[in-house]
Amino acid sequence: MNDALPAHAPLESIEEVELGLESAGYIASRRIATAIYLAHHLQKPILVEGYAGVGKTELAKSVATWLKLPLIRMQCYEGLDESKALYEWKYGKQLLYTQILKDKINSVVGEDDNLTVALEKLHSFGDIFFSRQFLEPRPLLRALEQPGGAVLLIDEIDKSDQEFEAFLLEILSDYQVTIPELGTIGTLVPPIVLLTSNATRDLGDALKRRCLHLHIGFPDEKLEARIIASRVPGIDARLLKQLVSFVQQLRGIDLKKAPSISETIDWARVMVLLHTAVLEVDLVRDTLNVLLKFEADIEVANKQIAGLTHKARQDAGV
Amino acid sequence: MSGFVAGVATASEPLRRFFQVARGAGLRVSAAEGIDAARAVDLVGFSDRVLLKDTLALILAKTPDEKQLYEEAFELYFKRDAFSGRTDGEDDDDREHGEGQAPNRGPQAGGDGMGGSGGQSLGQLLESDDRATLATEMEKAAREAGLENIRFFTQKNLYARRILDRMGLRALERDMEAMRQTGTPENLGRAQFLEGRVEQLRDSVRDFVERNLILFAKGETEKFREELLKSARLSNLERRDMDRMRILVRQMAKKLAARYAKTRRRRLRGHLDTRRTLRRNMGWGGIPFITVWKQKRIEKPRVMVLCDVSGSVAAMSGFLLMFLYALNEALSDIRSFAFAGSLIEVSEILEKEPVEQAISKIMQTIGYGSSNYGNSFADFEDGWMQFVNNKTTVIVLGDGRGNRTDPRTDVIGRLSQRSKRIIWLNPEYKSAWGTGDSDMYRYAPFCNLVTVCNTLRQLERVITDILEDAA
Repeated sequence: MNDALPAHAPLESIEEVELGLESAGYIASRRIATAIYLAHHLQKPILVEGYAGVGKTELAKSVATWLKLPLIRMQCYEGLDESKALYEWKYGKQLLYTQILKDKINSVVGEDDNLTVALEKLHSFGDIFFSRQFLEPRPLLRALEQPGGAVLLIDEIDKSDQEFEAFLLEILSDYQVTIPELGTIGTLVPPIVLLTSNATRDLGDALKRRCLHLHIGFPDEKLEARIIASRVPGIDARLLKQLVSFVQQLRGIDLKKAPSISETIDWARVMVLLHTAVLEVDLVRDTLNVLLKFEADIEVANKQIAGLTHKARQDAGV
Repeated sequence: MSGFVAGVATASEPLRRFFQVARGAGLRVSAAEGIDAARAVDLVGFSDRVLLKDTLALILAKTPDEKQLYEEAFELYFKRDAFSGRTDGEDDDDREHGEGQAPNRGPQAGGDGMGGSGGQSLGQLLESDDRATLATEMEKAAREAGLENIRFFTQKNLYARRILDRMGLRALERDMEAMRQTGTPENLGRAQFLEGRVEQLRDSVRDFVERNLILFAKGETEKFREELLKSARLSNLERRDMDRMRILVRQMAKKLAARYAKTRRRRLRGHLDTRRTLRRNMGWGGIPFITVWKQKRIEKPRVMVLCDVSGSVAAMSGFLLMFLYALNEALSDIRSFAFAGSLIEVSEILEKEPVEQAISKIMQTIGYGSSNYGNSFADFEDGWMQFVNNKTTVIVLGDGRGNRTDPRTDVIGRLSQRSKRIIWLNPEYKSAWGTGDSDMYRYAPFCNLVTVCNTLRQLERVITDILEDAA
């Protein structure tokens, strides 16, 4: 699968993508696989939205693992700017350089008294201060410069400012960046770009237009069971069925924050640790805080635990 | 119409029409997205319906709401194609149309239905009950009649008539008339038989037009209705529009909140904060390795709302409160008061319950009485004047009709000195101010802004001003 060909060769068909992601431990729905497939072939970034914990960041990691590409991650936050995202000049090194230059200036320029001659000599050295040696590449630039391509994950883009979003547009549509002192820097192999968002604010239309938009919702029972089976190896099939059924029911209740896949996985791990075979009401009550993160939610769910547990056991035939 | 995209990938024609449908459903499909979609469809093809749906969903629908709309539009549009039996039907038709190689349809191709032969062939089709061909004919006639331009349900009959004409109904009717006049039992029977068939045809054309109306015009009609509602007087809204209004208010508020909630600190580019830069770089002996820039701190507005909830103004108050509470995240602090004969604070009720229920609860406690502005303002001064400071924006919503009680302008005067500003929203037209028991002009001198506010649009404008002023 990974011979000398360019790294993206496995992206031949959607089925390949599905299988490949599965080999990296990510069970993708067909919709997700289609998105990755199209992102590669249309060379477009994917904007991934969905509730916290449905596997947005995990998707990027798995794509990187599968394609054996470096994953370059950029966490967004309020106040993030281009000096932290794209590049920065190494001020310290530049200062140091100035000091050295000061000492050596005489030997470089010589003993010429004539200012014009001295300046001319200096000019012939070129623009040393603003050259690649003094450039500190940050995630975005690093992603563009990877010789074999990369997976660039721009995490929680909704946390960044609107200005930063606008700044991203050049990279997202043309895979190039402009550094005023150096000119435009392009890329050899366009990276696969994934942006994630929790929708704390509406993103701009310009950004959305440049991206494929993938919404990852909660998985159905079958898919969730597969995901957990792959993430928690060695889990008993009957326990798995009960867990999934319970969580699926829990999502039906009116909660502030419904449990996501990551919570289900955590819960499954807890259950395996506790050597559980059959869900018991007391056990569920004690471990409910793994699934639900709000006091009010736990209170609401507490009242219905007995019924939900019973139903889950029935579904699993225990 | 089909020649318009000739030369582009074969998939383009049905796809282009789907974009139109999607736009009709309220999605914003830009030209760039259209090109992307065409490229994507070239990759995945039309054969797998689920795949096609997923693919287009990735490109055309970019919010959960849009995904929903998209799903409906997709089902509606591509179901229709399945009904006529072929997805690539358009291409077939175009070819035939161009080369004229369809013997039994040839005469109709350019037909406006006046030619006798056209009628005959429609008659034949009806007699032989060739539904597939009839459906194709219908689609073709519909395209010629420009059915995709349909926008309002009142146009239904017009378009149905046009389609029938293009299919050659008029000629057929003439033929049938001729048959009847010959009087032979055979011809009479045939005419009667055809009559039944024509009736069926009419029904299916009408059905077809209706489906297309839903396809192409749903979004437009909704938009039209919403525009209408935005500028309708809030006091005479009908009950059935209330739900839609609530959604509208929430949408508007969300938009404003997104715009103003974030900009709390803005870096001032190029203004070096010398003091903080030096402190930050003490470790390096004051050599500025790390620069710190000056920042402008943006205060979110603190708002106190005084709402008249007596009879005439009540509806307006409801909307104002709904709007402000939907805006919560863009405001740093909001306290609300309701008054009629006297004044109470209602912040707590509004925070605990969804606005709709809270408002009806408030109305039950205090509303629907006759208003006494002087008394209410005095209540406010006694209880809450101390919380007003120079950052507070006070919004008063009311018609200023105090039923000839003492207006207590002195309280408003003191309030205007303490607060950042007073904005008075009056749902009455300006011409009515100062007439009868209206004290509007007595209060006006103490207010920074007095404005008529009785539609959603005006409300939005006022609130935008408040937010903008703070930014």
